[in-house]
Amino acid sequence: MKLIFEKSRPGRRASSLPRYDLPEPEIAADLRRETPPRLPEVSEPELVRHFTELTSRNYGVDTGFYPLGSCTMKHNPRVNERIVDLPGFRDLHPLQEEDGAQGALELMWRLQEILAEVAGLDAVSLQPAAGSQGELTGLMLMRAYFAERGERRRKVVIPDTAHGTNPASVTMAGYEVVSVRTDPRGNVDLGDLRGKVDAETAGLMLTNPSTLGLFDEGIEEVARIFHDAGALLYYDGANLNAVCGISRPGDMGFDIVHFNLHKTFSQPHGGGGPGAGPIAVRGVLEPFLPVPTVARDADRFRYEYDRPRTIGRVRAFGGPFGVFVRSYAYIRAFGPELREMSEAAVLNANYLLARLKDAYELPFDRLCMHEFVLSARNLKREHGVTALDVAKRLIDHGFHPPTIYFPLIVPEALMIEPTETEPKETLDAFAEAMLDIAREAAEDPDALRRAPTRAVVGRLDEVKAAKRAVVRYAFEDHPDLSEEPARPVAAEAPKGV
Amino acid sequence: MTPRYLPLTEADRDEMLGAIGAGSVEALFVDVPESLRMRRPLALERALSEPELVAHLRGLAERNTHTGAELSFLGAGVYDHYVPAVVDAILSRGEFLTAYTPYQPEVSQGVLQAIFEYQTAICELTGMQVSNASGYDGTTVAADACYVAKHVTGRAKVVVAEAVNPQVRQVVKTYAPGFGLEVVEVPHRDGVTDPNELGQVARDAACVIFQQPNFFGCLEPAPELAAAANEHDALAVAHVDPVSLGVLEAPGHYGCALAIGEGQAAGNALAYGGPHYGFLAAREDYIRRMPGRIVGETTDVHGRRGYVLTLQTREQHIRREKATSNITTNQTLLALGGLVYLTWLGPQGLRELGETCTALAAYAKQQLGLPLSFPDRTTFKEFVVRVGRPAREVVAAARERGVHPGYALGRDYAGLDDALLVCVTEKRSPAEIDRLADVLAEVGA
Repeated sequence: MKLIFEKSRPGRRASSLPRYDLPEPEIAADLRRETPPRLPEVSEPELVRHFTELTSRNYGVDTGFYPLGSCTMKHNPRVNERIVDLPGFRDLHPLQEEDGAQGALELMWRLQEILAEVAGLDAVSLQPAAGSQGELTGLMLMRAYFAERGERRRKVVIPDTAHGTNPASVTMAGYEVVSVRTDPRGNVDLGDLRGKVDAETAGLMLTNPSTLGLFDEGIEEVARIFHDAGALLYYDGANLNAVCGISRPGDMGFDIVHFNLHKTFSQPHGGGGPGAGPIAVRGVLEPFLPVPTVARDADRFRYEYDRPRTIGRVRAFGGPFGVFVRSYAYIRAFGPELREMSEAAVLNANYLLARLKDAYELPFDRLCMHEFVLSARNLKREHGVTALDVAKRLIDHGFHPPTIYFPLIVPEALMIEPTETEPKETLDAFAEAMLDIAREAAEDPDALRRAPTRAVVGRLDEVKAAKRAVVRYAFEDHPDLSEEPARPVAAEAPKGV
Repeated sequence: MTPRYLPLTEADRDEMLGAIGAGSVEALFVDVPESLRMRRPLALERALSEPELVAHLRGLAERNTHTGAELSFLGAGVYDHYVPAVVDAILSRGEFLTAYTPYQPEVSQGVLQAIFEYQTAICELTGMQVSNASGYDGTTVAADACYVAKHVTGRAKVVVAEAVNPQVRQVVKTYAPGFGLEVVEVPHRDGVTDPNELGQVARDAACVIFQQPNFFGCLEPAPELAAAANEHDALAVAHVDPVSLGVLEAPGHYGCALAIGEGQAAGNALAYGGPHYGFLAAREDYIRRMPGRIVGETTDVHGRRGYVLTLQTREQHIRREKATSNITTNQTLLALGGLVYLTWLGPQGLRELGETCTALAAYAKQQLGLPLSFPDRTTFKEFVVRVGRPAREVVAAARERGVHPGYALGRDYAGLDDALLVCVTEKRSPAEIDRLADVLAEVGA
């Protein structure tokens, strides 16, 4: 389909703006724009048709099952969209005086309290804009904590199953990564770990349940090893959907936790964002939290800036407020029964696992938590069919594929997370499709390699995209890439998380 | 009450547990050590039905004084521009709203093409050749720019003009130690940055960040600031207001290496500070050092045009500790709001918007009749007046009369306690500006 820029015709426009007969001040010639930006020139009907056509070429949770592992693609309640659109939330300026923002501040304060209870920790900062920024903020807290104690520690331990964000955050915080192995049961290898934790270790970053969908059975010993070395434990909350009300990171021994409000508490993922990555910490780290946090004095709520040892600000204002509204609304729809959310997520995942584990390899044969990782290496070995082929064939069955090629320690990985909001019928239909595909791999492997055939495009040439790097429309100079032969190459890189 | 978002029935549960071979849901948590199991319900308030939930949150919303309830001249980085109905209509469509990052391009062409169009619109606005798919906001993209500059130049210092939004400067200072960067600020001189003074500290700097129009609303001598940076091989980084770029020159046209900014003014609601989107665009030279997602064009097996996430070897999920950034979830939906908004405006609308804001602000300066803090400067949609006593008192007194007159600058700048930053967008009429003038006179400004 055409780009909006290709539909542009000089003289058309969709906007109408107030105009006043007022003199305009002179702008110096070298500061004034003479060549207008080539924004699209279209009328409103064309604008609406264009973007509506784009939506017809996209798949969301509203469209169907979206078992993208580690991303927690659950239903997004529509009442939350109605609530966030109330003028008192939508049209509230972030620099409004505090007496004119009491409702917003109260909501943020309430969310802080809820997150502290769910984490089992003492204090919360809502400011980080996403999980990765929560990670980076947590690592900055570690640095500030050790700096104040006069300790020079430079290493952060990360298991080989970790999300790529963990090592990237470690580098951005000025630390070095130490990788620790996974043992044959899928837990952190305690032997390997003991040899890697010493007086230079600042801390651990761990996702629990892990990206394998497994609860680390040795977590108490892991925590002991780090705390004995004077180091801190960071909990990557990407998989918190498994354990709300069941087990708390603070009780497991973690000192810092980030939440992914867009995962666990149903902020719509918006095609890639927004998210929010609040952090909860043990009391000893509270003085270093970013400013501002929200404080309560009797029946008044206010921003707290008085934190002399703060690491500073990590984002504008108090955080992504609209995400707080939706997450608070999601949690209040459950109340103390939030535990049932996690129970249903874990039940759904184990049911799917039970239905699929005979047709695909299961690298760690245990009950799973809210997600599980299968391997298509049996299909690759026997029929030359890859995890990517399975993923693409699922599209023809009407499903969004799972996360693939992650975690990195599982070859031909298929990482499946159904979430709590799927009915059994959907799980059964997906299981049937996966079993069909496994049979088809044996009978007609080329059908998998050709997939998808029912999408708006076939497999795309990612190598050509990276080589040519056409990253904007170039108008009359725009290249025609169809003149070069396409090889349906998709790099075996992680797709998801 | 069974939580309403959970579809499983009692019969479903029994059947599923049977298939798993587990006696109970509790049994599924066998790997969680007994000592770590929560033995009490979460201490949360009771569940609310949907009508109760709406009533509860409406109660909270009604305790906020929003821009429909008070005549507001607040700006200072987040702006009360009109958001057209088409933005809400498109963004509320489930296929965009409830999708995630387009990892599987065949089922994500809608979002991918939209991001490609967004990247094009940002490049056109800023005069750059490459844009990412968005950053968190206008503060964090400044930290991103520092990380790019550190790697491009290998230098360990960044220079930030004091007339840059204070929150942007604060975030840069928070990130800098981890990057191994020292931050040097250049003071403003009567509301703008002196190119000579900037040039003196730009020596050995990885980058120089300035804002156009700056935090006071004044137009910086931006081409001269960029030249001062370039003279010392520091990357010139302009933090720009997207809605100004119909009337103000694009950073790519006066020698900047990167253009960054807060996108909120273009298509996002105020929303008490977020979520919004940050944009980051650069000259072609820096494409492989860019942080975040980038969408590229390609073809499918049949030669049809299509779009994919590209240049992913920069990113954390492949490069891990050597990535150009740790960002993964970004602000795509808000950036799509920006694309729809810029499409709605078109080049003519963008220009008119800038002209209207500038003219209204000039009218406001004249009607208010108050001394200007920086009288010799050209301004865009904001300007600073001296109110003769602590500006915070004037804000409080004016609000009692239903008018929020602006931002008290004393919070951020020593010596400007009596300074009020007034913002005028196209949503304010001349009559409303007259009302502001009356109220400020009444409260003794």
